Amino acid sequence: MSLLEAGNLTVRTADGRELLRDLSFRLARGDRLGLIGESGAGKSLTVLAIVGLLPAGMTASGRVLLDGEPILGAPEWVLNTVRGRRVAVVFQDPLAALDPLMRVGAQVAEPLRRHRGLRGAAARRAALEALTEVRLGDPERIARSYPHEISGGQRQRVAMAMALACEPSFLIADEPTAALDGTVQAEMLALLERLVAARGMGLLFVGHDLAVVARVSRRILVLERGRAVEEGEVGDVLRAPSHPHTRDLVSAARRLHGALERMLP
Amino acid sequence: MTSPPPVLGVRDLGFAYRRGPAVLSDVSFEVTAGRGLALVGESGAGKTTLVRLMLGLLRPRTGQVLLDGLPLRGRMRALRHAVQPVFQDPYSSLDPRLRVDRIVGEPLRSLGVARGAAATAMVEEALRSVGLPADAARRYPHEFSGGQRQRIAIARAIAASPRVLLADEPVSALDTATRVRLLDLLAELRESRRLTVVLVSHDLAVVAALCEETVVLDRGRVVERGATAEVLGSPRHPCTRRLVAAAPRLPRALNPP
Repeated sequence: MSLLEAGNLTVRTADGRELLRDLSFRLARGDRLGLIGESGAGKSLTVLAIVGLLPAGMTASGRVLLDGEPILGAPEWVLNTVRGRRVAVVFQDPLAALDPLMRVGAQVAEPLRRHRGLRGAAARRAALEALTEVRLGDPERIARSYPHEISGGQRQRVAMAMALACEPSFLIADEPTAALDGTVQAEMLALLERLVAARGMGLLFVGHDLAVVARVSRRILVLERGRAVEEGEVGDVLRAPSHPHTRDLVSAARRLHGALERMLP
Repeated sequence: MTSPPPVLGVRDLGFAYRRGPAVLSDVSFEVTAGRGLALVGESGAGKTTLVRLMLGLLRPRTGQVLLDGLPLRGRMRALRHAVQPVFQDPYSSLDPRLRVDRIVGEPLRSLGVARGAAATAMVEEALRSVGLPADAARRYPHEFSGGQRQRIAIARAIAASPRVLLADEPVSALDTATRVRLLDLLAELRESRRLTVVLVSHDLAVVAALCEETVVLDRGRVVERGATAEVLGSPRHPCTRRLVAAAPRLPRALNPP
């Protein structure tokens, strides 16, 4: 049985326009699937539809199964046991995921309290462990800080610690490194790879940068204007893209990186 | 014959925000007309502060910014004529209440370059050079995509025919295909308008594509500088090595043989 299965997933606006059409894919435990496409291709919409967080007025149809259990259209109380507990999401902008008025330690402890019933010293200890696991130096100081007091890279690690605190079986990363600079981005990707491998989680990695998506994914799914146009092993798709849109993506990436590749050894 | 002085430069530049630690120390480099220069470094290296100093928005604590070899102080108009900025975020850098023609024409008005029909013609010509349709002039920023907005920002920057485009992460908010198209545009403008591009970026692919020279900043100091192929191809300073090692690379299968 797949960890996650999407079948004919379709998202419509209130006036009936289809923003996502008949998207189907499967993801096994330990698998890493990259979802790639240009801005507006429907990548983030796919993520929001899976976790039941579509903006007001949009509706999803088709099916989404988590460990065989339907979660698309499930009642809110079911989704509340799914989100954060079994499926975690790391978004591009960590500030959007963090409460500016709450110390970091308390925020990381919150899902532990809600989903695992940890209280007091046990919750604090688990929160510190979670912050240590994402390789934050001086986790005690970070736990006492407010989000604005730490750097962008540290915030994204905190968001990751929150996402992973309840040991979800499935992680969705929606352009988690797009706002970070080069070295911080490379560290975050290495951390993500290590944690996903160590815990055997399933990973859905969303992005537009082929170099980044290809690095962390085993398979990729290419979206164009709300439709899947190609899916396969990363190496195969990149070597021999069959759909014209994939060919465009590959040649754009090759052009973007071409000047640098000629300079580097 | 003596060569003309560098169009823009900084000499022994030092800066600290009020009561804060030094953000920049002893920074010196020159921008030669026609040779694109990239300022690279990790977050917090002082790149954005350096841009603000070069635009005259901050005053140096020590040292100076030089325009055509002369100190900048008191020559803000000359600076605006010579150097125009393009910022990272195409969503916040354009005033949403103004029509595109007002936005693009602003430097023409404020610098007294042109008015009336002459200004309108120059705005149209700037929009044409960045590949936007003529009817873009009568629309508002929210009607455009991120890539198109960045084209509007570039049109605004080139409208008054500056010599230098000072671009702070101009494509990092855009997806790959849009990035490539904008880099093509910048490369073309460099030729057709004899623009010198000063680029601030942490994206080495963009740096390699646009700039002949590279200056590496680390914690407010210049740690390496020279020809881009040299600096990135055989980095000597640990900071440059880190940046190069961290650059996202395409899988080998994708690289040209």
